[in-house]
Amino acid sequence: MLNQKKFIVSHAPFCHDGSRISERSYHTMFAALPAIILGICQYGAPAMGVVALAISSAMLWELAFNRVAKQPVSIGDGNAAVIGLLFGMLMPATMPWWGVVIGTMLAIVVGKQIFGGIGGNPFSPVAVAIAIMMLSWKGFFDFDEMLCSYELDFAMIYPLTALKNFGTDAISAISTGDLLMGRQVGGIGSTFGLGLIIGGLYLIIRGFIRWEISVSFLVGVFVTALLFNISDSAKYAGPVFHIFTGYTLVGAFFLATDDSSSPVNCIPMFLYGLLGGVMTVLIRNLGVYADGVIFAILVINLVNPIFDKIRPKALGK
Amino acid sequence: MLETGCWKLDAGNWKLETGFKLPSLHFKFQSTTFNGFEWTLFIMVKRSFFGLAKPQFRYESLNGKPFEPEKISTPDRVTLFLKRPFAPNPLVRTGDKVKTGQKLSFYEDGDEYVISSVTGTVSSISPYMGDFGKSYTAVSIDVAGEEETDEQFGTAAEEPTLEKIKAFLDFTPGAPRMDALLDADKPIKTIVVCGIDRDLLIATNQYVVKSRVEAINNGISLLKKLSGVAHIMIAMPRALMKEAGSIGGAAGVELRAIDAGYPASLPKMMMKELLGKVVPEGKTCEDMGVCFLNAEAVASVGSAFKNRKIPVTKTLTLIKKDMTKVLVETRIGTPIGDIFNTCDVSLDQGDRIIIGGPMTGSAVYSDDYPVQPDTDAIMVQANEDVSPVSDYPCINCGECVRICPAKIQVSMLVRFCEAGEYEDAADLYDLYSCIECGLCSFVCVSGMPVFQYIRLAKYELDRVRIAEAEEEATENA
Repeated sequence: MLNQKKFIVSHAPFCHDGSRISERSYHTMFAALPAIILGICQYGAPAMGVVALAISSAMLWELAFNRVAKQPVSIGDGNAAVIGLLFGMLMPATMPWWGVVIGTMLAIVVGKQIFGGIGGNPFSPVAVAIAIMMLSWKGFFDFDEMLCSYELDFAMIYPLTALKNFGTDAISAISTGDLLMGRQVGGIGSTFGLGLIIGGLYLIIRGFIRWEISVSFLVGVFVTALLFNISDSAKYAGPVFHIFTGYTLVGAFFLATDDSSSPVNCIPMFLYGLLGGVMTVLIRNLGVYADGVIFAILVINLVNPIFDKIRPKALGK
Repeated sequence: MLETGCWKLDAGNWKLETGFKLPSLHFKFQSTTFNGFEWTLFIMVKRSFFGLAKPQFRYESLNGKPFEPEKISTPDRVTLFLKRPFAPNPLVRTGDKVKTGQKLSFYEDGDEYVISSVTGTVSSISPYMGDFGKSYTAVSIDVAGEEETDEQFGTAAEEPTLEKIKAFLDFTPGAPRMDALLDADKPIKTIVVCGIDRDLLIATNQYVVKSRVEAINNGISLLKKLSGVAHIMIAMPRALMKEAGSIGGAAGVELRAIDAGYPASLPKMMMKELLGKVVPEGKTCEDMGVCFLNAEAVASVGSAFKNRKIPVTKTLTLIKKDMTKVLVETRIGTPIGDIFNTCDVSLDQGDRIIIGGPMTGSAVYSDDYPVQPDTDAIMVQANEDVSPVSDYPCINCGECVRICPAKIQVSMLVRFCEAGEYEDAADLYDLYSCIECGLCSFVCVSGMPVFQYIRLAKYELDRVRIAEAEEEATENA
């Protein structure tokens, strides 16, 4: 017995499909790249700085929390980097450094870690951080003011604020093609509609996010915006405008699909996405905020556990 | 189909190896021939590039002509597991001489027994602890002298009855358990003979269906006559259907093809697909009047009564480290180390030896472990292929929920199991609907031991139930 080789003993099953959390994280970051690269091309080094600082500070906050809470170091799974990256995408290029660092602290520590870390967060960490920032430093999300020093080759007005203050006349000059190609004012990685759609489709096809959520979110936005538009086309913009402006596409493909805070069953996923879309347009058109995506996502995160109770009957029940 | 590949001469057999690997594409095709016999492609089950579709896991399928399995010579010593805990003063003593096919009862109470698969001397009787704390009595027999066959069954086999099958054939290849058929409280209306193995990569029962038609037919007609069950069904993969026309033809049984995708051959899935009956949670198929027997078990019954001899040779599939498979015939009780030696399997530190298939088998810690009547497969996994489990929490991605054949909310269930809230797991999240296929662990992105948690929960609840029943019994007494 003494000279015997030692074998590994464990319980079934004895194989695994090889998927890992880090794989999901890196593919999510990869999918976000087209939109971010265009943003960096438009706004130059400051945009690059914001994104890089957001990723690195998010990872450092995670590491710091791991150390303080005496947890195993978890930055290797890439989730903190994804949160940092998504946070950076939503920022204006001129965000001050301390704003970025506080924002990622809010996302990592308040949004994720105090709920028990990855998998435990009831809200999308990025949405939590942005919401707190929006309420605390309103000026940072006034894109017209933040980006006033930039003179790019398209109309330098934030479409959603213009719409809110002056109605559809103010945005008649902005064509859908411009919105799709990122020729609009907004967050670093949230303006390039085509890039976000390509990234989202990539994630859907690879199975890293669920199409049910993204599609129903966009359907919700489309239908609600269409109804508003029909009722008063001078005041409310059309559905296509709402889909390609603000954080709608980032929300549909990257924020609403956050694993931990989204449902897993089919019908709940549709309801969740649909409600998110409807809430987005309701907040935009009736609320005081120009963009409603962040708050809409927090609302659907909140109702997610109740939605997910709608589930198929198990075998033999 | 990918044609690039190379033919290699391996242990006297030609083998085609093809495969390609891209950064995120992990398919491995393998097609091998053994003695002119073709094994179909097995696609290495890795996460596919397109993640939208559910992954498919195909059962092993046998094509081509029947062939002779690798025969393992009689070992020097066999070990047999009696299914009850060791107790002092057994009826059989160390040093007793036993004959091949001799029935060995060890204790006066209880009807458990083993059948000696060799002729020789009992060399040791000791306790053995198996999976999930099950205790057995391990009996070792040193092979000695000329092989002699015990006559007791020969005389008993003149008039076959179900009781005699129970009394003599429990320990034969495939383990034909007659308890369900003998239970008067739960009448059996249908017997399903499984011509497909329950787990992936195994071809044992398919091989039996192909090669032992006569024994199976004999067994089926015997069982039909003795049990009075009119409805007998044979389930097998579609690929085998055209070759198996002669099976059960005379006996008038129903042949049914089952889907080749895992876990279609698990009993509860067969109940649903073949018989249209859903087993209520916590109930067994036998409660619903359906009894499942492996093709090999039926063949054992058939050949035992025909030859008046208890069969002692088990057929099993050996899955080597490189995923090539060999069919092996060996005496029950042979240490698996003997099989590895014959089939050129070398073991290293940190490898994993699995009794059964990759999804539902159980790992053993020693290559002295013997082949048992229900050992349909032995799998050897190299150290580097052992997939680790992690202590990462569930990230709620929903892969397990989408793949679960029993439609359980696995992501919630595992949270309760992880926290040790087993009662709630059973009451709120359908613990007892689980059919134990293991797919949830297989797809888990976090690498959680999901299936392991579920089995632990069931085991713990069972323990609580047994303890409560005992307490009640003492109170009443």
